Amino acid sequence: MALLEAKNITKIFGGLVAVNDVTFTVEPGSIVSVIGPNGAGKTTFFNVLTGIYKPDKGRVVFAGQDITGWRSDQIAALGMRRTFQNIRLFGNMTVLENVLIGMHVHLHASIWSIIFRGRTMLREEAKARNKALELLSFVGIADKRDELAKNLPYGDQRRLEIARAMAGDPKIILLDEPTAGMNPHETAEATQLIRRLRDERDITVILIEHDMRLVMSISERISVLDYGSKIAEGDVQAIRTNPRVIEAYLGRGAAGHAA
Amino acid sequence: MTTSTSSQSLWQRVTAPLSSGPAAYGFLALYVLACSILLVTNPRTELSTDVVFVLFLLSMLVAYRSRVAAWFKVILGVFALGVVLPYFGTLNPFYIDVATQAGIFTTLALGLNVVVGFAGLLDLGYVAFFAVGAYAWGIFSTPQISQINPAWGPVDPVMFYPFLIIGLILGLITGVLLGLPVLRLRGDYLAIVTLGFGEVIRVVANNLDRPINITNGSQGIRAIERPPLIIVDQIRNLGVVADDNRLYQLFFYYLVLIIVLLTVIVVARLKHSRIGRAWEAIREDEVAAVAQGIPRVRMKLMAFAIGASFAGVMGVVFASKQLFINPPTFDLLRSINILVMVILGGMGSIPGAMLGAIIVTMLDLQILPRIAAVLREAQAAGAPIPRQFDPTQYQRLLFGLLLVVMMIFRPEGLWPDERRREEQHEIEIAEEELEVDKDAKPTSPNSGR
Repeated sequence: MALLEAKNITKIFGGLVAVNDVTFTVEPGSIVSVIGPNGAGKTTFFNVLTGIYKPDKGRVVFAGQDITGWRSDQIAALGMRRTFQNIRLFGNMTVLENVLIGMHVHLHASIWSIIFRGRTMLREEAKARNKALELLSFVGIADKRDELAKNLPYGDQRRLEIARAMAGDPKIILLDEPTAGMNPHETAEATQLIRRLRDERDITVILIEHDMRLVMSISERISVLDYGSKIAEGDVQAIRTNPRVIEAYLGRGAAGHAA
Repeated sequence: MTTSTSSQSLWQRVTAPLSSGPAAYGFLALYVLACSILLVTNPRTELSTDVVFVLFLLSMLVAYRSRVAAWFKVILGVFALGVVLPYFGTLNPFYIDVATQAGIFTTLALGLNVVVGFAGLLDLGYVAFFAVGAYAWGIFSTPQISQINPAWGPVDPVMFYPFLIIGLILGLITGVLLGLPVLRLRGDYLAIVTLGFGEVIRVVANNLDRPINITNGSQGIRAIERPPLIIVDQIRNLGVVADDNRLYQLFFYYLVLIIVLLTVIVVARLKHSRIGRAWEAIREDEVAAVAQGIPRVRMKLMAFAIGASFAGVMGVVFASKQLFINPPTFDLLRSINILVMVILGGMGSIPGAMLGAIIVTMLDLQILPRIAAVLREAQAAGAPIPRQFDPTQYQRLLFGLLLVVMMIFRPEGLWPDERRREEQHEIEIAEEELEVDKDAKPTSPNSGR
């Protein structure tokens, strides 16, 4: 059964149809990419999936539940996490605290046990810190745990955002352009990390990405959006040779030359 | 530039040995002791006492900031605030009243700091929750209650103690009631609505004398009961001669001191918990916080209600201490005043809010009136000061200037929030315990990668 199913999603802003009747299915344990030219509606589509926007039409089913119209925090608590295109860390909090925030839904200490510093609360905090540190070493920035997030170099901020998303034990992570602004070396490392997310942690990954080398090397399925509509879907080979995709990227006429 | 750096190094050369190591213990003990002796031997109300009093309070700040053992700080604190200050208060009741007022506003500033500093919700009507607590005790402890229903009489003064809890719950409920509709608003809109709410409570208190007289309108409520003093006979037996008013001043001083302590503990623990982190995350970036599964409205509501509950408790204490409350006591200026304390000290900082509250209260009650008195004496002696000039009249101007100067030179506040890692100490101990547990248990087969 599909882990995530978006059926006929439409999102309209004023007169602009940002996402137009997109149907999209993700099998558990896969790495899927959503690509398309700038302004194709990829991020809007992510925002609909994660509950930041409510779709005007269509339904989203995740882990067997219809989550259409749920609040973002409810969807996050159910196990769908994301990163942001323009990194959104809590800059004035430490690296470790950022990961702890990601764990919020798994921490249940009552207000009384917090006020009285009950043993259960202290142990819960200690466990959370252990787990956060483990996640930080997974992404490779454990040595920076006490630095303020805003002081991290760019690449590490991306890593921290992934660690924070992992902290909620998600079934699926949506990565919005995780390698934007990275040099080839950093991109290679990020590719490695994304693959390890799935291979070592069984986390399904949906990716929005412009770096075609990354997309082609890592994705099992690719969906292509253009002007809000899905124009193609398939495995790497199918997308590479699809004339509509080439046209969307390179303009009319290019498809003929490429073939 | 060179002079400033050399003077700074001189300053550091003087203070460095005094802020750590054995010299620090001696210095602090001597400082507190010297101030204490000066205070107790000179209990008149005059400028020199003011100066010593400020130095005395400053010693607490110096002790808190210097690197000495925690037990030593506790001893100094208990000695200064628990023994010397109240004893001095029996000699000169003016100062203990200033201290008690400062304590009341410290709690209010700490409560508002939860809302504004931790969760980032600008609340301009905070005093409304204070009013709710004050009116609750004011109405129920006086014959005013019979105005509502002739069959009811005032509650026994000993009910003051349970009413502290009732005040807390009333503050909490009012906080939730106000929060539910308005917390979906952001920033400026929230500020305006809370400002309106604060005024609504005041106007309601002003006009709820008809058709049923609940608040006695602009007349206010008089002769509010004080709780019976529990151990007063034992104190008298010790040979202490003191009239009831003095004893009540001491009583309220200690009560406020205890409430301040409890407030600090509760607020500090909340701040360093999952709840405090969630508040901070919401303040930093709401969208990102919600994307981590943090329920935005619920956490904001919690901040609002917890902040309000401290004001509710202090309202009860305030009404009982002042014996009289009326609507102007709870006007907008009071809310702004508390906000100034928080901003002056440093938003989100617990010691900052306390420092801000103490500074503003002292300026208000002690320092400005004292400067006025000194000027008046100078006037009488023939100094060329215009008769109309009265510094107490310029209080608002001074606060305004103070804030402007602050915002330009130190926008983060006098004592901005530091990420103190000591607070994590207990958690690290628990972490070590976990390690021990893990070692004791053989690795379970399904925990492997």
